[in-house]
Amino acid sequence: MNAYAKYYVPEQSPWPIIGAVGLFGIAFGAGHFVIELEKGQATHGLYLLLAGIATILFMIVGWFRHVIIESMSGLYSKQMDISFRQGMSWFIFSEVMFFAAFFGALFFVRVFSVPWLGGHDGGVTHQILWPHFKAQWPLIITPKGDKTQAMPWLGVPLINTVILLTSSVTLHFAHVSLEKNKRKTLTVCLGLTILLGLSFLFFQATEYYHAYTEVGLTLKSGVYGNTFFMLTGFHGLHVTLGSIFLIVLFCRVLKGHFTPDKHFAFQAGSWYWHFVDVVWLCLFVFVYVL
Amino acid sequence: MTTLNPEMSATINSTSHEHHHMPPRGMMRWLKTTNHKDIGTLYLWFSFIMFLIGGCMAMLIRVELFEPGKVILDPNLFNQMTTVHGLIMVFGAVMPAFTGLANWLIPLMIGAPDMALPRMNNWSFWILPFAFSILLSTLFMPGGGPNFGWTFYAPLSTHYSSDSTALFVFSIHIMGISSIMGAMNVIVTIFNLRAPGMKWMNLPLFVWTWLITAFLLIAVMPVLAGVVTMVLTDKFFGTSFFDAAGGGDPVMFQHIFWFFGHPEVYIMILPAFGIISSIIPAFSRKKLFGYSSMVYATVSIAVLSFIVWGHHMFTTGMPLFSELFFMYCTMIIAVPTGVKVFNWVATMWRGSLSFEPPMLFAIAFVILFTIGGFSGLMLAITPADFQYHNTYFVVAHFHYVLVTGAVFAIMAAAYYWLPKWTGHMYSFKLANWHFWCSVISVNVLFFPMHFLGLAGMPRRIPDYALQFANLNKIVSLGGFAFGLSQLLFFALVIKCIRGGESAPAKPWDGAEGLEWTLPSPPPYHSFTTPPEVE
Ligand SMILES: [Cu+2]
Repeated sequence: MNAYAKYYVPEQSPWPIIGAVGLFGIAFGAGHFVIELEKGQATHGLYLLLAGIATILFMIVGWFRHVIIESMSGLYSKQMDISFRQGMSWFIFSEVMFFAAFFGALFFVRVFSVPWLGGHDGGVTHQILWPHFKAQWPLIITPKGDKTQAMPWLGVPLINTVILLTSSVTLHFAHVSLEKNKRKTLTVCLGLTILLGLSFLFFQATEYYHAYTEVGLTLKSGVYGNTFFMLTGFHGLHVTLGSIFLIVLFCRVLKGHFTPDKHFAFQAGSWYWHFVDVVWLCLFVFVYVL
Repeated sequence: MTTLNPEMSATINSTSHEHHHMPPRGMMRWLKTTNHKDIGTLYLWFSFIMFLIGGCMAMLIRVELFEPGKVILDPNLFNQMTTVHGLIMVFGAVMPAFTGLANWLIPLMIGAPDMALPRMNNWSFWILPFAFSILLSTLFMPGGGPNFGWTFYAPLSTHYSSDSTALFVFSIHIMGISSIMGAMNVIVTIFNLRAPGMKWMNLPLFVWTWLITAFLLIAVMPVLAGVVTMVLTDKFFGTSFFDAAGGGDPVMFQHIFWFFGHPEVYIMILPAFGIISSIIPAFSRKKLFGYSSMVYATVSIAVLSFIVWGHHMFTTGMPLFSELFFMYCTMIIAVPTGVKVFNWVATMWRGSLSFEPPMLFAIAFVILFTIGGFSGLMLAITPADFQYHNTYFVVAHFHYVLVTGAVFAIMAAAYYWLPKWTGHMYSFKLANWHFWCSVISVNVLFFPMHFLGLAGMPRRIPDYALQFANLNKIVSLGGFAFGLSQLLFFALVIKCIRGGESAPAKPWDGAEGLEWTLPSPPPYHSFTTPPEVE
């Protein structure tokens, strides 16, 4: 007949409700923990947050294990595979829009609010509020007078750009090798990608350390520091998640889970990694260089 | 392929052999379900409960505004009520109701066995009760819940808000996760699970409008997540995105928020367009007039929705160019919307009309939504908006669009598909009572608000000048009547679920679509073998 007849509808599953409970723990716990940080008085927020994270990890392991078992036993048709691929691409699109919000803030601040505060629009805001304020980017002196320094693009950021670009290439080779069933090259290239990802994270950590201890650039240093840390921070979080994703894939490659024509998870991980890479390129251009 | 270890194959056997066609019993059925109908039912009930909770808040607001001066709520509590009423109705009542309808109907309409990603579907739903418990819990925290309006403008939400803002932010985050996953599921289902032979331009309009809605959701919910995150860091972590002293701009909040916010209002109305486009042809016993123009109109409304956000910000001192740009773009939206209204009227023209409850609500929708559309056009005129801005005129406008628009469409949908869902006919008499009570009281409730607004009564203030007293009294009475009328709906639905004359597969002679080819109620697994569509 046709592919439709075999579309696999899973039986009841405990994982989603466990995931909902986990997200509840994270949201409720994080909310109270944030208040606790500000007020300095102890609540149970942190414990609830950690419990929520643990529940989500438990859910991810359990849910994916189940899915892998189903996939390995051949329950998934070609059509299911398409559903997963489309789902993953829309998920990545939603991530793009999440970063768009922060890039939007960066552009708005750079194109409008900082020049306006500096009087470039000819309005009176400048004279009334902070007549001595000078519009510049990076904004190293805020209107209220906080001082900081700009982060140069030469050095760690440039190295990190090279690292991440290389990792995208190695991952692509890994994918090609998987499709040609060259297991050895696959393992080597995937392993290399993971190492590059981890070294990216290492360098970024040193950059943050450097920023906080020597440069005096912190999350609180006006909109320059805000956009710098929020953008690179969320990107770093995505690299972390992506690296974990790749490590799981690596283990599955070693177990021989993927075949040249059936490897949705590998495809998804690879898409995710390339997406994170593209975000970094935009970051490098708009946060560091320009 | 590698060989499976014994433990793995044991799990598979247990899952693939218990492929029962009856739902399991008890609480676990609902907690662990992967069935699109069960999840649809959960969404619809959740939405109705939220509608009642948000409605109670609206009642409190109307009691407070019954007379000038303080009646029962102190100002901070009043602000919390307006804020949480808005959040609950938008994210808890209207959006989940549409997602519930999507879950129930899209697989039936396109001949699919279920939604494409059934487990994720369950997850999307079960996040919601938790998210709203968190939101409601803030009302009992020291300092109170969110009191800055559902639009949480900075600096109200960053400088002047209570601690509970942190919980507000995280509850919005997980609501967003839920909506995004729900939308992904809808898109993938429509792209990938249509019955063989079902072409794009044969899709029922409800499916089309939901497809576009889902796209809007995936595009803008992450932006909402971004902006609440900035509010969180501004308030608790010392950033200054919305603080000019650090180089930011409070107006930037409004730009990012409304970049989400305007598509959001179409998220709440496009599925309604789909519902009305199904019901009016059925009770006019004619094909829908201008099917393809309906599809193109929906797509163009969605595209335009991304470039009109500035019409919420005419009084913020934007440059003249932006004011004009946003004014013209907003007015262009009236064209595709007008096409839709024209098509609905043209469908009824010379049809053999009958006025069963779904049709009554659909006709009320067409008329009253159009009133909301016209007041929207008035608000879109930049110079006029300087007068209307932040008055009760705005409140009247969006309640016409969302209550007599979105909510009436949801009611129409419930009356149209309830026999299909429950297998029983409901009492037309009770439904007619519900309709007439609702349609009269809703106009008593919202129509005078236009005059209050034009006369200059500001919104979101617990007190008002004496000259507004008479109209406010009328508005409040209309509000109480509308609130009470909804209890009739509740009674009707309960009665319909518990019994009644059994419904045939197709209770409406003019209805069209695959969902009517299945018995009422449909079997637990919808189309196990896909239907052939010509
Ligand atoms: Cu708008």
